[in-house]
Amino acid sequence: MSTGAPHWRDVASKDDAERLRALAETEFPGGVEASPIDRRRFLALAGASLGLAGLSGCMRAPAEKIVPFVHPVEGRVPGKPLYYATSMTLAGSATGLLVESYEGRPIKVEGNPAHPSSLGATDVFAQASVLGLYDPDRSKTVTYLGRPRIMGDLAGPLREALATAKHGKGLRILTETVGSPSLIRQRGELLERYPEARWHSYEPAMSGAASAGARMVFDQSVRTHYDLSKADVLVALDADFLGSGPGHLRYAHDFAARRREPLTAERMNRLYAVEPTPTITGARADHRLPVLARDVIHVARALANALGIGKWTDAPPDAATASFVQALADDLRSRRPGTTLVVAGDNQPAALAALVQAINRHLGNFGGTVLHTGVSEAPEDAGLSSLVELASDMREGRVTTLVNLSGNPVYTAPADLGFADAMKRVPLCVHLGLYQDETADYCQWHIPEAHYLEAWGDARGHDGTASIAQPLIAPLYAGKSALEVVGMLSGEPGRSGYEMVRETWQAHGSKQAGGFETWWRRTLHEGVIAGSASPTIEPRWRDDWQARAGLNGAAPARNAGPLEIVFRPDPTVFDGRFANNGWLQELPKPLTKLTWENVALISPATAQALGIKAATEGPHAGSHGEAIAPVVELTYGGQTLRAPAWVFPGQADGSIAVHLGYGRTRAGTLGSNIGFDANRLRASAAPHFGPGLDIRTTTTTTTLACTQLHQSMVDRQPVRTADLATFLKEPRFAQESAHTEGGDRRHPLTLYPDDHPMKGPQWGMVVDLNACTGCGACVVACQAENNISVVGKEQVARGREMHWMRIDRYFSGDSANPTAHVQPVMCMHCENAPCELVCPVEATTHSPDGLNEMTYNRCVGTRYCSNNCPYKVRRFNFLAFADYATASLKLLRNPDVTVRSRGVMEKCTYCVQRIREAEIDANNRKRPLRDGDVITACQAVCPTRAIVFGDIHDANSQVAKLRESQRNYGLLEELNTRPRTTYLASVRNPNPRLETR
Amino acid sequence: MPQVFHRSFNTLSRASVFGSLFILGFVAWAVNVFVNSSYATNQGVVREQPVPFSHEHHVTGLGIDCRYCHDAAEKSAQAGMPPTKTCMNCHQQIWTGSATLAPVRASFQTDQSLAWTRVHRLADFAYFNHSAHVNKGFGCSTCHGEVQKMPLAWQHGTLLMNWCLDCHRQPERFVRPRDEVYNMDWHPPADQEQQGRELVRKNGIRSLMNCSTCHH
Amino acid sequence: MSAEVHAETPPVRTPAGSPVLAPGHDFATVTDKISALVLTRPTSRGWWIGFSLSFALVMLLLYTIAYLLTTGVGIWGINVPVGWGFAIVNFVWWIGIGHAGTLISAILLLLHQQWRTSINRFAEAMTLFAVACAGLFPLLHMGRPWYFYWLAPYPNSMQLWPQFRSPLVWDVFAVSTYLLVSLMFWYVGLVPDMATLRDRSTSRLGRVVYGILAMGWRGSARHWYRYESAYGLLAGLAAPLVVSVHTVVSFDFAVSVLPGWHSTVFPPYFVAGAIYSGFAMVLTLVIPIRAIYGLEDFITSRHLQNMAKVLLATGLIVAYGYLMEAFGAFYSGNPYERYLQVNRMIGPYAPMYWSLLVCNVLGPQLLWFRAFRTNPVLLFLVSLVVNVGMWLERYVIVVVSLHRDFLPSSWGMYSGTVWDWAMFAGTIGLFLSLVFLFLRFLPVISIFEMRTLLPEAKVKEEHG
Repeated sequence: MSTGAPHWRDVASKDDAERLRALAETEFPGGVEASPIDRRRFLALAGASLGLAGLSGCMRAPAEKIVPFVHPVEGRVPGKPLYYATSMTLAGSATGLLVESYEGRPIKVEGNPAHPSSLGATDVFAQASVLGLYDPDRSKTVTYLGRPRIMGDLAGPLREALATAKHGKGLRILTETVGSPSLIRQRGELLERYPEARWHSYEPAMSGAASAGARMVFDQSVRTHYDLSKADVLVALDADFLGSGPGHLRYAHDFAARRREPLTAERMNRLYAVEPTPTITGARADHRLPVLARDVIHVARALANALGIGKWTDAPPDAATASFVQALADDLRSRRPGTTLVVAGDNQPAALAALVQAINRHLGNFGGTVLHTGVSEAPEDAGLSSLVELASDMREGRVTTLVNLSGNPVYTAPADLGFADAMKRVPLCVHLGLYQDETADYCQWHIPEAHYLEAWGDARGHDGTASIAQPLIAPLYAGKSALEVVGMLSGEPGRSGYEMVRETWQAHGSKQAGGFETWWRRTLHEGVIAGSASPTIEPRWRDDWQARAGLNGAAPARNAGPLEIVFRPDPTVFDGRFANNGWLQELPKPLTKLTWENVALISPATAQALGIKAATEGPHAGSHGEAIAPVVELTYGGQTLRAPAWVFPGQADGSIAVHLGYGRTRAGTLGSNIGFDANRLRASAAPHFGPGLDIRTTTTTTTLACTQLHQSMVDRQPVRTADLATFLKEPRFAQESAHTEGGDRRHPLTLYPDDHPMKGPQWGMVVDLNACTGCGACVVACQAENNISVVGKEQVARGREMHWMRIDRYFSGDSANPTAHVQPVMCMHCENAPCELVCPVEATTHSPDGLNEMTYNRCVGTRYCSNNCPYKVRRFNFLAFADYATASLKLLRNPDVTVRSRGVMEKCTYCVQRIREAEIDANNRKRPLRDGDVITACQAVCPTRAIVFGDIHDANSQVAKLRESQRNYGLLEELNTRPRTTYLASVRNPNPRLETR
Repeated sequence: MPQVFHRSFNTLSRASVFGSLFILGFVAWAVNVFVNSSYATNQGVVREQPVPFSHEHHVTGLGIDCRYCHDAAEKSAQAGMPPTKTCMNCHQQIWTGSATLAPVRASFQTDQSLAWTRVHRLADFAYFNHSAHVNKGFGCSTCHGEVQKMPLAWQHGTLLMNWCLDCHRQPERFVRPRDEVYNMDWHPPADQEQQGRELVRKNGIRSLMNCSTCHH
Repeated sequence: MSAEVHAETPPVRTPAGSPVLAPGHDFATVTDKISALVLTRPTSRGWWIGFSLSFALVMLLLYTIAYLLTTGVGIWGINVPVGWGFAIVNFVWWIGIGHAGTLISAILLLLHQQWRTSINRFAEAMTLFAVACAGLFPLLHMGRPWYFYWLAPYPNSMQLWPQFRSPLVWDVFAVSTYLLVSLMFWYVGLVPDMATLRDRSTSRLGRVVYGILAMGWRGSARHWYRYESAYGLLAGLAAPLVVSVHTVVSFDFAVSVLPGWHSTVFPPYFVAGAIYSGFAMVLTLVIPIRAIYGLEDFITSRHLQNMAKVLLATGLIVAYGYLMEAFGAFYSGNPYERYLQVNRMIGPYAPMYWSLLVCNVLGPQLLWFRAFRTNPVLLFLVSLVVNVGMWLERYVIVVVSLHRDFLPSSWGMYSGTVWDWAMFAGTIGLFLSLVFLFLRFLPVISIFEMRTLLPEAKVKEEHG
């Protein structure tokens, strides 16, 4: 039970003497100086705010125009948003969405409850994608050698090239993982027409190990997906299935479903994680074993041995691992077949995937927790080999025409391929992309790509369920979709994506009742093609799988060799494609809480051995989130670059993890020239991890913007946890914690009789800390819903990020392998709100339905409320943070939420605009509000349903029931603030055989 | 020693003591007058429109219901401005040649929207919902005045916060039977107070005085 | 009461030892000497240098304010969690300094302390200037200062009042009342001397200006009678303000829930601190002025000693305050309170905490020694140390309490930016400029009150 466990001191809090010296040296260096770009923006803002200051004084409003339609639009009610179903594809796998469109402007993304990969939830990327649509830095026109052209100009050269090339010889198409049935169909047609042409696919952040591994053990190509709802014991072998990869939303949902109320020993599952670098999955694990990435397979072999699958004579693992593996094996063996699940990470070699298939087969999980499907029409992901081949062909001059369909290989390709130089040898390079990015620089021609919200398409979810992607808005910059460009290549320039998609589904749709048109309309409305999920199959198992997987013979000795480097896609900017998205850049990375930057993660022990210091709290002005980190020199595969070192608990000793997606040069005004480009260290031989890293300390340091520098709970218990045994013994452990001897909801401290009349709904929220994975989707959803400003790295480092909700992350236990705790914190809407009584102008008040209201237009900005808020959830517009200048971003604003000007306090409102809307709708319909009529933005997006909102006075509402849960407690209840937002304590389910951390 | 000041200065100085009070009073009064003036609030300011549309003619003269053009009033926050098509429904038959309607026809043919001048401009941080009020029995004329007598529309109320609050404080003074909402000639009956209280109860009208009712 | 005052006028040599007025003065010399400072004596180069230096700082202040208004309070170091920084620290510091004036004038007057007469005029002026500087900060620290008037209760179209539960609203009343009363008090005290200056000034302009300010004072018995009663009334009115203002200011903190702010010891300990810093500032200014303008005859060693004693006494009260704060924190058993105290002592801001203890607790202890009380230079140094110490105290109270409150996740750091420092330096400049102007154009010492200290005064009284 971590509350009992000794909380180790923060990494940041170094020996006091040194801190004091550092402090004494630079107590007041002062200066709000920012980088040139920032200063320019700064001044622009200053100008805007000056204008505002003027306006606010003047009373006369300028005359406005009302511009109605000429012809009424069907189904449109002015002032009412419309929702359209579509889907977003990332790395070849789709998430079904419902997108809110206001007066034709898509402004908010929600998950599509009907889509199996979403169930109504979305990840951070989908939430932020709507900002990507309006990104002012998007490429706006076709260019030739950087000069503007029109689409027609390209047709000529292209036709020429295709004509000269015999059967398309020398024509190469490079795409990311293709998931769209229509695009695959087009691909077929193209290759039919140009048999000599080649189609390459490359997904920077994925390896295709899963399917490769499957090919080793089965006699056919299969896709594998999982049913976590049936799993009592889960083992993640360097697999972050709760945080990333196809279907992770669904997996997180099914995983958490077993940990929500009612929490019983039977329902609660157990998760083991073996991983080199901390992930969301590892943070949720009941047992976590940090090992080198290259040792994960050894753990798997040991496990297989213990289960009696393979008979390997490996060197015995160290004691810790041995006991871990033994306990794990016994645990797995003790379970019924089909109730356990072992998952291999995509960053691991195919051999591991193969071995894990074997383990699951041995445990009888096939058809239970592990489901196999055919590969439908999609080509198998070739991994990196396809790109390597293309690079060499280009170098040998075998490529005459290269068409880059989205993707940014010049930036993402491993350094040793020399992809950029190879491209120089290609006579005709065409690039289709959202931005004039690094690759566009190396292509003569660039075509602006249509954002997925602008284009027709289709895609398949993690289980093969197909969905139609319909555009929400006409292309802002006349962009083209990959589908249309391929159509153009196959000599059908006229054909629109719409027609192609309809064609693809003609056959399927016509068979449905009511004919194609009826089916088509229904499908567009549903967003999901009913019954299109790939049927599960039982592929035949090959007996020579060990040989095919190269698993015969003993493994090399473990832990041999020098430091290891691990490459991972960045949790918020992925492989760099989202680098120019302010919401994602400013979203704190789930575990490190860093923003706007990537770092080299190093374990405390390794750091000590290498003489690398932990980052210290920056002493500069307003350094709430300013960390001064030492810069180290990483040398790998002959390449050297400098990176900030971040000493991070839970990172495996001897392993240094770096995230891709940073150090971009042509990302845009926000994403360029921040962080370092880890791709420059990547070798095509070992693109995901490899030994032989050389690391050297330097004398320089750098400033990072980290929103939470204090990692321990000190002597407090904001997060209350117990393990299952304790919980079963004392179910009310959270409520009876030392902190709440009075002042909480059950024993209110008040002189007055508690008889305040509460008419109508009383809003409240419950956050289940046992379900929350800390993925951060809620933070972005809140930002999108409430027009929350992006402030930039400088300001985040000054402790001025504007997020209305944050996810606190604490560590407890052993610093080498700590227990991580996450806690979403937003305005608690206290019944005795300390902020309310100190506001001199009644800008923050209490509403009859229990909301702590913030009235921006009344706020004079004394910041007294923020000082007096024990939860520090109030956010202040220290400068004019809201972007009044950029035209395209105005289209993004939620019209129901005031855009806050400079000098005004703001905070979580429980999405009051949604509450008021729902109330009025119910009134108009002459019916009372029902539970579920109001869904807050954070609640809607949450994949694990950790956030529940509703009327706490309606005994039947879900939230009221959860408030009665034994695990329910209020944060800082002892202050007698009587928060309306309460928490359900987290409960871990460790294996009694293993001593808990 | 020569006197610097004339003796009249004594009177002057005494007077000034009281004078200052009057000056302060006057300033306060002047500010108050300005804030409530039509210059500051646009109350009663007649707006030029691309087409001199007369509510007087269409409502009083032809008896067209508000909802024929402002069709969203019962469903949405906005009452809605009619698309050109709505005008043309009639004006394809009548006044087809009239010069004043030329912009309307042009708009219909060229598919270019008419740009009307907004008459009621609420601050961006204040959210008003037509459907919420209309469905609870608050008539158009309560806020918009006698539109049926406006050749060109003007703003009836001050749109100042206290103007809203007067009604939010005592809805019973302004509420009317549901079926009278669109009756532009409705005038409160003698026993409005008591009838009003009855309606408030019946329509479940709450006197919403908290900030987030309108500001969010 | 006037009559009594004069009746009880003590002999020039008081039991206390050193005199409150050097021997060998009569009406003429007193009046000459003091009015000369303003009327005859030429403006010295020193004055010009001093004034232009401080005026340069005023320009800096104006520039900073302009930048602040166009850009926002973000130019300062403030953040979340530390929402209040230099602005509030300086505000409390200046307000504190502003306390000496009223205390000396009002309370010592009511207590018939003769020694106050030579320093009260000066102390009052200083009070006004300090309060003026203080007044800038609450205004400018607002996010939208152009709406400052929303803090005042007045009928408006929003039908809203300020929130009377908020200490900030109490501040508005407390500070403005204080400013008003001290202003009147100071001005009423000036009237007779204005008349003197009017009569003695050689230029017509001088006569007109001082004449208007003198409000037709002729020094008739009736004038004196009214004057005395008015002055007495104002003194009575001002006396409670000495206590009230800083009590209310302390409520800004005491009313909150923050460990380190939420404390019942604050009002008394703030008032003591205020008087403490006030007297320190009086000394800091009086000692050089006395030397430069050769006023040793009027501001005698006796004055310095008395002020030193007040300094020592209030210093001890403040020290007791610190002790109680620490004790309360540990005795409370409240983990947050306890952590706060520990954090003050060994946290990132520990250097400031310890140096404040050195300045405010150890520093004044020197005043136990006669040598320090009598030696102007040493006394001057001690007063400087106390000024610094009091600023540090406010910094520790405001910043250190805020930077680590309840949830470790939101802990942060704070320090002022160049603009914070510019504002601070600017107000010091403003303060000094005003002092220089005061020295140049108004009698630093109350002429007529000094006269009442003369032996002749008693005689005069009988005739009158």
